Parts: sequence; structure tokens; C-alpha cells
Amino acid sequence: MTTATAVQTPLAVKDLKVYYHTRRGPVKAVDGVSFELARGERLGLVGESGSGKSTIALALMMAHKEPARIEAGSILLNGSNLLDDNDEQVRLRRLSEIAMVPQGALNSLNPVMRIRDQVIDGLKDHNVRMSDGEFSQRVAELLDSVGLDRDVASRFPHELSGGMKQRVAIAIAISMNPSVIIADEPTSALDVVVQKQVVQTLREVQERIGAAAIMIGHDMGLMAQFASRIGIMYGGKIAEIGPVSDIFNNPKHPYTRLLISSLPDTRSKRRLEGIPGLPPSLLRPPPGCIFHTRCPEAMEICSQEIPPTRELDANRYAACHLYGDDDGKVVEL
Amino acid sequence: MTVDYVLKRLGMFVLIIFVAGTLNFAIPRLRPTNPVEERMNQLLQQAGGVHIANVEQMIERYEERFGLKNPLWLQYVNYWIALSRLDFGQSIAYFPADVTKEVRRAMPWTLGLVGVTTVMAAVIGSFFGAWLGWTRTPLAISFVVPLLLIVTAVPFYLLGLLMLWAFTVFWPILPGGGAHDPLLAPTFDLRTIIDIVEHAILPAGAIILSSIGFWGLGMRGMMVTTMGDDFIKLAEFKGLKERRIFVRYAVRNALLPQVTGLAINLGFVVSGSVLVEVLFAYPGIGNLLYTAITSNDYFLIQGVLMYVIFAVGLMLFIVDMIYPLIDPRIRYRSA
Repeated sequence: MTTATAVQTPLAVKDLKVYYHTRRGPVKAVDGVSFELARGERLGLVGESGSGKSTIALALMMAHKEPARIEAGSILLNGSNLLDDNDEQVRLRRLSEIAMVPQGALNSLNPVMRIRDQVIDGLKDHNVRMSDGEFSQRVAELLDSVGLDRDVASRFPHELSGGMKQRVAIAIAISMNPSVIIADEPTSALDVVVQKQVVQTLREVQERIGAAAIMIGHDMGLMAQFASRIGIMYGGKIAEIGPVSDIFNNPKHPYTRLLISSLPDTRSKRRLEGIPGLPPSLLRPPPGCIFHTRCPEAMEICSQEIPPTRELDANRYAACHLYGDDDGKVVEL
Repeated sequence: MTVDYVLKRLGMFVLIIFVAGTLNFAIPRLRPTNPVEERMNQLLQQAGGVHIANVEQMIERYEERFGLKNPLWLQYVNYWIALSRLDFGQSIAYFPADVTKEVRRAMPWTLGLVGVTTVMAAVIGSFFGAWLGWTRTPLAISFVVPLLLIVTAVPFYLLGLLMLWAFTVFWPILPGGGAHDPLLAPTFDLRTIIDIVEHAILPAGAIILSSIGFWGLGMRGMMVTTMGDDFIKLAEFKGLKERRIFVRYAVRNALLPQVTGLAINLGFVVSGSVLVEVLFAYPGIGNLLYTAITSNDYFLIQGVLMYVIFAVGLMLFIVDMIYPLIDPRIRYRSA
């Protein structure tokens, strides 16, 4: 299974569709998303609420719950499709191949178990056989690597601060050296100073074990610190994806431009601009480009045809009718 | 565990005993009827309505004997002095037997019946509730258990009557009342034990069936809340085995309030289960309390209630002592 390309591409998502089946019809939370991650690469997925970014995270962990269903696509993890695995196989691949640093770390640890036991039980359920002493040693190493004291092992979650708990969550995530780490808004419940430290720690351990990482969030500042590539999500699709500096300096998609211009800038005293309108209904998405109802540059074609994704530059993709064949060729991501 | 913590809980225990003991003294005395007079009239009626001269004098003598002539404050002081020696006086209904003796005679039956069934109902109910609250429960279980909970909704004296009829009249395989065969010698051989168990099956069944739903629904509610917690999600992301998530993460946390509930209920065990014991003529505390109340037996009521108060207070104290062991968030701090 682990071919040469798989080692270079630990994660390849192709045309992933995740729909929530409601009584009024399917809500297309993720509607044809494709991307690849190289070894050691850090991708940031940015988007407003309801853009489908957290649903992607759940689907990648195969932890989506009814009424959400994966309708189509493939998730190649280390070269083998997660969607072909049965429940037990998926369970065994969690933590060992793909790990999650969850949102809202404040309650993500079991209040009645010591930290040590919460790190170890994941290893035990993945058939890691070690003596008690070796387990303790492993826990100590993991705590070291996320910048926590070793005596945290014997503490209970309520004795830790929010930042410490999130570090424990990171330690758990890397406990089996996974090839992919997903961090779903890992700093959402932390204050700004701690946010930066936690993201720093996440980046350090990710580089050390050479895993690819996806960070999901809406804080563009944190994203810029963490990611090497950024994907902008809108209405269940990737609007634009490219290297972090290109996205910030030369946004191609109108939505990205509005997103960037809505960021506060300490150097200028201009008024902050928002993005007019509301997120689209994913139950009955508008025809054509899903963003055209809010787009300042909308043309006639935008309400008629779904824009194809074009490669506008090396490693630079956007789905927008502003660009034609002269700007870049249409790609099947 | 700090000394401070233990002392504070102990102080709370003493306060509970004091307040409850005072209420226990006051409430029976608020009743408008004179217990001695009542008892006398009952006796007279039993004797066939014969007129006895000097009834008033007899009543007065008895009131003196029971100290009911004393001013209230003196009665109150005497009450506490007697209490401290576990002396609840003499029963009016079973005169001249000591209240303490009567309570001690009934206590083992109640502890055996109600104590065992309380624990069983809590365990079985919590077990079912845990299954009901678990999202991956097999359909069969999530279908059968609610049916069982419906039985709980039937008032248990009705259920008891129904069971009595079913197993003693329609299909007579079980004894219809009492705690043991009165002809059997009270020795501890196999025959006696089987006899006692046979007598306990019906009342035990009624108690368990009637309280299982309380535990089941409470547990299910806690399970549903717990299942929505973030640590369950992380446990799943960690690729833990379902069994471990169920036992160590979900049930372990959902069970915490049930433990408190069980402790309080165990405290109430000593009061017996009045309706069930009366229905099945079980010679436990519940039956005793029933007799005491119907015959205005102040002293017996007070005696039984004081045992209940003491037991509940003691169980709460014990829970306070062990709770930090099962929930690390509660600490032995004087708070």
C-alpha cells in the first residue's frame, strides 16, 4: 500500500462530497473538494462559519455522524482509500496514521482520568505493547516535546490551564507519529498570547515528526504564522488555494480579496470593511458560482455556470469566471 | 484529606441531626389528637364498648407515665437526653415494649429486603440507562428497555397486588405474606434461608420494578449529556475501542450523580418501604412505622424517624468522604 508516491503524498483528497441529509433535502456542506498534502506540508483551511471546513475535518477522521454522509470522492491516506476501510480498520488508522487536535480543548480531556492514562489508552488500543515503565517514559517524552512538565502526567485535567490542556491534546495527537495531523480551530478557546504559543508548539512537533498538517480556522493572522499554503473555502468548495504569501499579497478570487481587506491593519487608519450579504444556503445554493450573490465583480455568466478551477500560477488555483483560458488552464484537481 | 474538611462535614452531620431531631420532636405534637386518649378509646372499642369508670384518671396516669404532662421545654430537654442514650421510650402501640427493641426487631428484615433491592434497582437501572444513552446500542435493547420502563409507571402498590394475585392465587408458587414460615425454627440452615428468600421475592420484585425506571431514566439523561461532551469526541478521534469509550469515558462520568443518589437512597433504606411492607405483611420498619402512625404512637414514630435521619445523615457524610475518590474535581478542601 505504501508506495513511493504515497510517502510523498500522505494525504490526497479527491472530489470529496459530504452532505447532511435533512428532511428538506441534502445540505451540501462539502461539495467537491480536492487537495493534496506533501510530507511535512502545512495547509491552512480558512472560511466563514458554514463553509464546510469542520465537516472536512470530521470526514477526514471518518468521524462524521448521521445525517452527514460522504456521497462521493476518495480520501487517500498514505496511498490507501479510507472510504474502503471497515470501522475497525478506520479505528486503527486513527491516531496511528491520522490524528486530530480538537476544537475547544477545555473539555476534550476526560475529567476523571489522569493525563498519563489518557495518553496511554490510545497507544494500548492500537496494540502498542510496552511495560508500565516504558509507557511512563513515552508519556514523559511526549510531554517534554510539547513543552509541559513531566509531572503533568499524574495530574487531572481540571488542574491544568487551557493552554496546557491543548498541549496535552497535541501530545496525544503525535503519540503514534501520524503522517497527518488535523487541527480544527485548535486555539478557539484560548487567549491571544497562548494561541500563538500553542500554534508554535504544534508547528514544532509537526516538523519534528515530519507529518503533514491541516489547520482549520478563521484567524488569518494565526494561519499566516502556521501554514505554508492556504485554502480559502466558501460554500463547501475551495475558492482559491495557494502559497500563504501569494494569498495575502495577490489574492485572485474576489472572496479572498474581500476576506483580506476585512483584516485590521495597524499601519493604516482606514475603516474596516466587511463582506456584504450572508453566507449562501447550502440547501438550495444559488445557480452558477455560489458566491455570485455577494460578489462585487459578478458578471452574467456567474449566475449561470459553475466556474471551473484553473491553475493560474505554479501551485496557485482559483475557481472564478474572472479568469479565462489565457490566465490558466482548467484543471481536474 | 484535610482535618478541616472532615470536621466541617462532621459539623454538617451534627447540624442535620439537630435540626431534624427538633422537627421530629415538634411535628407529632402539632397533631390535634391526644394519643393516650385515642389508644384508650381504641382499646375500649375492642373490648366491646364496655364503659369503664375512671377512664379520665387512667389517661392522666398514662400521660404522666409518658411525660406528656410536662411543659414542652422539659419534654424537649428530656427528649435529647433520652436520644443521646438511644432511648426512645416505650411504645404506646406495643406497650410496654421499648421502642428501641421494636425497631431492632424490624430492622434486619428491612435492611435485608429494602437494602438489597435498592442496590439491585440502582445497578440494574443504571445499566439499562447506560445502554439507552449509548448511540450504538443494538436495536433490540433500545426497544426492550423502554417497555420495561413502562412497568415502572404503574403505581407499585397496584403492581404488588397484581403480583400477589398472579403468584399466590392464579399460579400459587410463592407465599403471600410475611418474612418467613412461622412454623420454621429460626435457625440458619439451608431450608430457612430458602424460605426467607421465597418470602422476599414478591416484595423485592415490586420494589425493584417500581424504582428501576427512576435509575434508568436518570442514567440515560446523564449518558446523553456525557455523550455530547468534547472528551467523548476526542476519545473517538484517538481511535479507542468502543468498549473503552463506553466504560471509561461515558459511563464512568455519567455514573457520578447516580452515586450520590444511591447513597441518599441507602440512607432511606432504614425507613423501609411502607406500602410494600404493609401489602406483603412484611415485618420490617415500614410496617412498624405504619402501625405507629395509625395508632398515634409518638415514641415509635420518633424512634423510627430518628433512625432514618441518622442513617441519611451518615450516608451523606460517607458520600462526602468518598466522593473525591471517584470525582477528582471535588477535593478534600474545606469549602
